[in-house]
Amino acid sequence: MKNITNKMRGKQIFIPIVALVLLALFNLIVDPSFYKVTMDVNSAGNPVLSGYLITILDYGSELAILAIGMTLVTAASGGQDISVGATVAIAGSVILRVLCGTNSRPETLQAPVIVAFLVACLAAMACGAFNGLLVAKFNIQPMIATLILFTAGRSIAAWINNNELPVISEESFGVYGGFIPGIPIPTPVFIMLICVLVTGLALKYTNLGLYTQAVGINASSSRLNGLNPAFIKFLAFVILGLCVAVVGLIKVSRLSSINYSVIAKDIEMDAILAVALGGNALSGGKFNMAASILGAYVIQFLTTTLYKFNVDSAALSAYKAVVVIALVVSSAPVVRKKFAGLAKKLKPQAKEVA
Amino acid sequence: MKEKSVLEMRNIHKSFPGVRALQAVDFTLCEGEIHALMGENGAGKSTLIKVLTGVYEKDEGEIYLKGLDKAAVIRSPQDAQNLGISTVYQEITLCPNLSVAENMYIGRGKGVCANWKKMNEDADKILKSLDIPAKATQQLSSCSIAIQQMVAIARAVDMDCKVLILDEPTSSLDEQEVEKLFVLMRDLKAKGVGIIFVTHFLDQVYEVCDKITVLRDGKLVGEYEIKDLPRVKLVATMLGKELDDMSDIKGEQKVYEGKDSGESLFEAEGLQSNAGIKPFDFYIKKGEVNGFTGLLGSGRSECVRAIFGADRVIHGKLKKNGKEVKISKPLDAMKQGIAYLPEDRKLDGIVGDMSVRDNIILAAQVLRGFFRPFSKAEKNKFAEEYIKLLEIKTASADTPIKALSGGNQQKVILARWLLTHPEYLILDEPTRGIDVGTKVEIQKLVLKLASEGMSVTFISSETDEMLRTCSRLVVMRDRKVVGELTGDELTQSGIMATIAGGDN
Amino acid sequence: MAKMNKTATGKNRLKNMSDTNLLLMITVIVFFLMYIGAIVFQGGGFLKPQTFFNILNANAALLIASCGMSLVMITGSIDISVGGVAALVSMCCAVYLDKMGGNVFVSLLIAVGIGLAFGLVQGYLVAYLDIQPFIVSLAGMFFARGMTTIVHTNPFNVENEAFVALKDTRVIVPGIGTVNRVGKYVDAYVEIGVIVAVVLVIALFFALRYTKLGRSFYAVGGNGQSALMLGINVKKTRFIAHLLCGLLAGIGGYVYFLHVGSGAPSHATGMEMNAIASSIIGGTLLTGGVGNIIGTFFGVMSLSTIQNIVSSAGLDQAWWTGITVAAMLCLFLVIQSVIMARKSKSN
Repeated sequence: MKNITNKMRGKQIFIPIVALVLLALFNLIVDPSFYKVTMDVNSAGNPVLSGYLITILDYGSELAILAIGMTLVTAASGGQDISVGATVAIAGSVILRVLCGTNSRPETLQAPVIVAFLVACLAAMACGAFNGLLVAKFNIQPMIATLILFTAGRSIAAWINNNELPVISEESFGVYGGFIPGIPIPTPVFIMLICVLVTGLALKYTNLGLYTQAVGINASSSRLNGLNPAFIKFLAFVILGLCVAVVGLIKVSRLSSINYSVIAKDIEMDAILAVALGGNALSGGKFNMAASILGAYVIQFLTTTLYKFNVDSAALSAYKAVVVIALVVSSAPVVRKKFAGLAKKLKPQAKEVA
Repeated sequence: MKEKSVLEMRNIHKSFPGVRALQAVDFTLCEGEIHALMGENGAGKSTLIKVLTGVYEKDEGEIYLKGLDKAAVIRSPQDAQNLGISTVYQEITLCPNLSVAENMYIGRGKGVCANWKKMNEDADKILKSLDIPAKATQQLSSCSIAIQQMVAIARAVDMDCKVLILDEPTSSLDEQEVEKLFVLMRDLKAKGVGIIFVTHFLDQVYEVCDKITVLRDGKLVGEYEIKDLPRVKLVATMLGKELDDMSDIKGEQKVYEGKDSGESLFEAEGLQSNAGIKPFDFYIKKGEVNGFTGLLGSGRSECVRAIFGADRVIHGKLKKNGKEVKISKPLDAMKQGIAYLPEDRKLDGIVGDMSVRDNIILAAQVLRGFFRPFSKAEKNKFAEEYIKLLEIKTASADTPIKALSGGNQQKVILARWLLTHPEYLILDEPTRGIDVGTKVEIQKLVLKLASEGMSVTFISSETDEMLRTCSRLVVMRDRKVVGELTGDELTQSGIMATIAGGDN
Repeated sequence: MAKMNKTATGKNRLKNMSDTNLLLMITVIVFFLMYIGAIVFQGGGFLKPQTFFNILNANAALLIASCGMSLVMITGSIDISVGGVAALVSMCCAVYLDKMGGNVFVSLLIAVGIGLAFGLVQGYLVAYLDIQPFIVSLAGMFFARGMTTIVHTNPFNVENEAFVALKDTRVIVPGIGTVNRVGKYVDAYVEIGVIVAVVLVIALFFALRYTKLGRSFYAVGGNGQSALMLGINVKKTRFIAHLLCGLLAGIGGYVYFLHVGSGAPSHATGMEMNAIASSIIGGTLLTGGVGNIIGTFFGVMSLSTIQNIVSSAGLDQAWWTGITVAAMLCLFLVIQSVIMARKSKSN
């Protein structure tokens, strides 16, 4: 029996692993220097690691954090939140607004970073709650509901700072998206580890996983088992809001500033892709968090590989769209059924004997 | 093909994951004949019809139609319609957002444009001739269910069909409407149309039908002339028992007598939910098995759903041991020790992709609380215990529940509720669409649980099943409680009489 | 039941009104209220016919794309790739006309071809492989946007003579004109794109209302399972809806191109959003089965009018447009959700 369990579990995480291995092999053959990691010294005089792999770890961590929330939303609501990029902009804008106060280029921080972060958490969770309310209470399809913030989000972000471009000159603020002095590994990796740890504990010591899956698979049945499907969906969106706030902090910390129309652009696509690549059904239900997180790194691996081949950042989306289509087509039940039928036809005799 | 037959189905096989729905079924329909297709729930009637109308693809077998040399290829309802097979289903299969006339004419005939003005006029004529109180231009969703069903019938009849299938069309119609339908059926019969008629009501069969084909457990039992198969024999054939007369069945019914232990465990006063039932009173005693009976749509399920808090309660109160309890959602009811096995297993019962284990522990886990998940060991223990206790046939506790057969799925749901150790168990159609063996097991289990002191409400479309298990029956008609039967009143004819509302 | 028929009160009439007409009525009322409001608060500018026609000129492409959107939404599906397709069409045609010196007629064929190709692939994936339309068209949108950049990175103006002549063609609307500041009478005019859009709106309105295919769109959106039982080829119907939507996105893209006369990767940004918003404001239900092309027309006009009001109120920062569109979309989504819930309950 244990064998079967392992097989089933192995199956899902198998998808991102295979994708990762393929990408890794491709890079190894084309240009082994892809894997070179060097120890540099950055402008602040700290030793830092650099190289493509480090970039993947660094940026992949942002994506992994979003993938956690996106996986829950997908599982519970059977749809995806496409407003994450825009809400990252809002969260980032809020952080800068709190840190800068009234002056857009302050000499010193006007508030502790933790306060700014907490306010951003509230703002992002409010965005999540707004989406969640539309989905859970008004029964609007998740993607349409989140389309509202997808359009308005960046405008709201600009409005929060009166369309000014605040710049933080305080160097210590750069720590969250950069490096902690003395540690050569990018900080986002540690932030991601904390997020994963918290998620892991939440999944182990609460029924979050069971409830989300039950609601995602069969909301009506879950209700008759005493669950409140609307609340669970709402909760998933709020949790995603929290993830968004964390990513917002990392994003603005990297630049010490913000560009409303570019920050976290197309990140919703990557986050959805991460979930899909993790082998999770985009129509909701069962999920595998580990696979989603791994999926996020695979996506970043792909992005970095494409960048390395001098693909324009605006053109990236075309390649990724092809990957998405390939993924959803291969996981479509109709296609699977056809393949299963084909496989059956190939060995009908074996069956008859049995 | 025989000379007078319009339709012959030969050696039809169809299986679903875990269920062999049809095995080598033959069926012949002649011109100008009304042919009843009979069988218990889950016997395969609906599957056979859906194979014929192209909703399901058959695994094996041939279908021959009059006027075709070769076996007919029916891959979609469209194909069936083009071949002259028109169908009225039990559930309304019309589009609520279109007008009545559009529902009658859409999907028929060739050509790009349709002359809707003429169609509206034609539709009005047909509606008038059939005495259906609806206008052609009215949006369908503004009509009552019964009128919608009549519109579906009007559509099917208006098509120049060779074969007309009526799959339990009468369950939502009142007596006059049923009478209208029969007149129509006789007309068509005179014109040479072959009619397949599926119904639960034996009276209707004997009123209009010429022949009866009986299915049982997906297999053909036989084809009979109506005069060769009196009612009692028909029931026996459907149930698969060689019985000569009703009294034998009756003798078997009295398996269980409820004990009168005084105080009621739960008591409802003027309870009414937003699902459209009239306020009702109800009580259940400790260790008692009672039932709700009535036609489809009479409000049986709505009553128990109101008790369980599945529909929003808008009036009345519920008392437990004489004290009022507030139930506004299922969780409240669960906390009061009520468990509810829902009518629609697939839609409201199973959580399809989830493992058998998680399905079993779900309700108990919700009761225990969000922050107190069962440990792995506990989950395994519960799952193993109930899989063994109810003899659930599954590869392992990790198998997704949707891979199990209907009967085993139902046992898992039952296990889920037994694990919450309820005081009051509500079973809404627990035996629908499952094999006979499991049916008997479930009935036995109900009686065993009751003897251990659990109160049970048992709802089933099959009255004899209810007679075998219940000591008291609440009878419903038109979403209203119309009577209560106990003791000697508990007979097939007693129930029928109360449902019908007369004293015949 | 007889009782109910006798007491046909106003409330009952509202109940018996088809969903499509009920929502259309709301839209038309909202539009007129808004336009009157604009005249009252913004003054005379909105009284000039040319203001109205300018709104039309600027939004002909959106109108065409919204019609396509309404079609797929009526079948209960969605297509968010229309903006991307419009951008890709503009860019391809611009490159073809300007860099390759092609002729105008062929460029139109290119536009139609691109639109059809997107419709074909997305329709097949949605209808026959049963993949969620949102995911499919989200990928379609990103693909189209990416391809636009791959075709050409920087924005540029088209200087092909025949094209510029076509672009500058003004169709005079007879009888309506205004006297300008110098005292000269100026005829009101529309661009060619508006003519195309109006013709398409009328054609689609009749197609949806009277042809069998049009009615089967409604049937499929209303209840797919029932539609199947009624003998409608559901897959084919959904496929055709997506195909038409792609085609209209292609034509819309060309009209957009005709209006702006340039190619740029950032063209038609947010058009999908505006199209969805217009359809929803125009009374098309997201859940399918309810909608009307005339409603969509009013939806587009309402949306454009409010954007016009916002910009002429001095709030010309670009971000206000996004916020107003989103707010209006949100408002109408909630209204729809509430109305439909009420209606189904009262039945």
